[in-house]
Amino acid sequence: MNPILEIQQLTHTYSAGTPFQRTAVEGVDLSVMPGECVGIIGHTGSGKSTLIQHFNGLLKPTSGRVLVDGRDIWAKGGDIRSVRFRVGLVFQYPEYQLFEETVAQDIAFGPKNMGLAADEVARRVRDAAAVVGLDESLLSQSPFALSGGQKRRAAIAGVMAMEPDVLVLDEPSAGLDPRGRQEMMAMLGRYRQQRRATVILVSHSMEEIAANVDRVIVMNQAKVFMDGAPREVFSRVAELEAVGLDVPQSARIAALLRDRGIPVGDDVYTVDALARRLLALKGGGVC
Amino acid sequence: MIQCKDVTFTYPAQEGREAQAALEGVNLTIEKGSFVAVLGHNGSGKSTLAKHMNAVLLPSGGTVTVDGMDTRDEALLLEIRRRVGMVFQNPDNQIVANVVEEDVAFAPENLGVPTAEIRRRVDDALRAVGMADFARHAPHLLSGGQKQRVAIAGIIAMAPEVIVLDEATAMLDPVGRREVLATIHKLHREQGITVVLITHHMDEALEADRVVVMDGGAIAMDGAPREIFTQVERLHSLGLAAPDTAELLHLLRSAGAQMPPDAMTAAECADAIANWLGK
Amino acid sequence: MLKDITLGQFFPGDTFLHRLDPRIKLVCVVLYIVALFNAASPLTYGVMFLALAVAVTLSRVPLRALTRGLKAVYIIVLFTAVMNLFFTPGTALGATWLGRHITAEGVRAAVAMVLRIVMLITGTFLLTYTTSPISLTDALESLLRPLKKLRFPVHELAMMMSIALRFIPTLIEETDKIISAQKARGADFESGSLLRRARALVPILVPLFISAFRRADELATAMECRCYHGGQGRTALHVLRCRAVDWAVLALCALLPAAVITMKILGL
Repeated sequence: MNPILEIQQLTHTYSAGTPFQRTAVEGVDLSVMPGECVGIIGHTGSGKSTLIQHFNGLLKPTSGRVLVDGRDIWAKGGDIRSVRFRVGLVFQYPEYQLFEETVAQDIAFGPKNMGLAADEVARRVRDAAAVVGLDESLLSQSPFALSGGQKRRAAIAGVMAMEPDVLVLDEPSAGLDPRGRQEMMAMLGRYRQQRRATVILVSHSMEEIAANVDRVIVMNQAKVFMDGAPREVFSRVAELEAVGLDVPQSARIAALLRDRGIPVGDDVYTVDALARRLLALKGGGVC
Repeated sequence: MIQCKDVTFTYPAQEGREAQAALEGVNLTIEKGSFVAVLGHNGSGKSTLAKHMNAVLLPSGGTVTVDGMDTRDEALLLEIRRRVGMVFQNPDNQIVANVVEEDVAFAPENLGVPTAEIRRRVDDALRAVGMADFARHAPHLLSGGQKQRVAIAGIIAMAPEVIVLDEATAMLDPVGRREVLATIHKLHREQGITVVLITHHMDEALEADRVVVMDGGAIAMDGAPREIFTQVERLHSLGLAAPDTAELLHLLRSAGAQMPPDAMTAAECADAIANWLGK
Repeated sequence: MLKDITLGQFFPGDTFLHRLDPRIKLVCVVLYIVALFNAASPLTYGVMFLALAVAVTLSRVPLRALTRGLKAVYIIVLFTAVMNLFFTPGTALGATWLGRHITAEGVRAAVAMVLRIVMLITGTFLLTYTTSPISLTDALESLLRPLKKLRFPVHELAMMMSIALRFIPTLIEETDKIISAQKARGADFESGSLLRRARALVPILVPLFISAFRRADELATAMECRCYHGGQGRTALHVLRCRAVDWAVLALCALLPAAVITMKILGL
């Protein structure tokens, strides 16, 4: 299988040539396979927001290449807008981008920009609303009459309705309560399953990343600091904490247990897995 | 310090939205010098309750008093707001001035504090939140956590007795949250300021003296963190999660393990497990 | 990116110019402008240039920052220059354009006009570069105070100005973000007819306005929570006080229009 998204030696410098010059992303190599679910973590200012805005061509690399389906998106003769339909990007607090008179019209904005026929647009609006769990009766309402959580869903549906094969989300559950976070993750799971899509999730919550992705990329100071399966990344508790990142609480407990000579293994990072492992240990089972 | 008696509140009907009851008979007393965390899912009424504590909202029924002063008494409004300072969620929307120290000076200026005294209060407040080096900076260039600390300094400069933080950490990254929490705990410890922390991050409530859980506009649970967080199933039913330590112990206990329920920190939890495994 | 706009940005510093009373600075700039518009001969322009050069040197604002500020208005400068070149009646020189000749008087007028605009802009920018917006509004409030007797809402105006200044960078950042978000949904701002482009702004302007209103609402609550109740009984962290040196600078600046006008009368 070929990667759906490939980043080669990407560097991005803001305000180059001025005293405010700042390199936000430096020499990043990355390739994402179709259907993968990738989590990106890192501090504010670690370069992750800059990085993801290269995925759909909102930012142009200072140097390096971005390839979607093996093609350089900045190659001559390419259409950068078509890349944005293939790689959907949901910004942080996306509810602030709503502008139309009705929820349905707002969700239709992306598909309409794609130049689709009216009935196809309507189908996509319905489908996207269903994926995010917005009741059909809400579609004819003004987006500004919705509750905060519903607004967020409508905004995400607006990107999903373009039916991108890669869906990139910057902190989709920021500011939500635990139940809202769970629903958000369920929503993304539904989209991923239905479209067999690649999902790239930026999050500050280690617990959320640990429970939902099959690969974690850790950004630190403009570079990729770690890249691997959650169990590999979260077993390196000391290194993560050294760069000021949290680890999932369960990974920390597991590390403390290992310090106390309990062989829990270094591949547990969720509460459920840790509990199972411990019960197996107590029962004298091997693991 | 703050007393809510049978407080009810209904948001008036608005275009396209019916009138909505947000508080339904809340009785709550915040003791002087305490650190109270108020938890609850979105829409549980926790923010509405917070806004009653300094008369941003007035109860539809019942009474709220601050040091015995009724919040409905217009003549006492300034004094109530001086005593109970409030920090809001969005750091950008509560900073008034273009320069950090000018912003911190805003409240004392409003209160008519003499210039020399304002200077002293501003310097003290900025030192207390660890932002003294940024006094002459432009606020929009600060990080989220730094902005919230400036907002806290702006409250401290009123010499308040209570600080209410209305989801003040919700928009911050983990580093910013840690900064703000450390600042609040320091103020509570060193200056004896009463803290009411509204949040939906369970781990922030761990270090409080007391946890109040709101649901459906009423108080659902009220007690010490250890009492609250050991009732894992009850929390789940209220749409909340317990900290991972409590969740883990809960899973082990429901599988029949003999465990102390209240090992809240990671270290305590690891010790309890090691103990149970006989190591 | 919108962020790069530096129109009227403050350069923190602690120079002689930074420390001057903002009210004095404001009045001086007005005096300078009066003088500038009375300058006619090369000699008077020389005097004005000298005054400006001294101020720029004192401010220690990098020249690059000043020229960057000029970039924002170069079209206006260019336009007035061209208009003057071709549309001033007088002795024709070689080049023609649309049947009009460049005239010798035109060249002179164009040079004078460009000099005037550049010096005008540099002078006023120097004020905003060396005076924080907040002291500028303080100064304005203080200078306008006499109008209070006429029930003119001086405090409210100053407060509005300072809040507007505070939120300009925030709203610019927000605009950038909304533009990116709509672009990610395939919005096209770069092609099509003028009407199409104007319509393409709706997805930016609506969210921007809504957000601005929400911010205003939250800010109002936050201000009330910090005991804001209008200008009555308000004190200030920084009280403006004119020192001897401020008065001296004012006197010097007052000499400028006096000198220029005198020179004009004397035909120098």
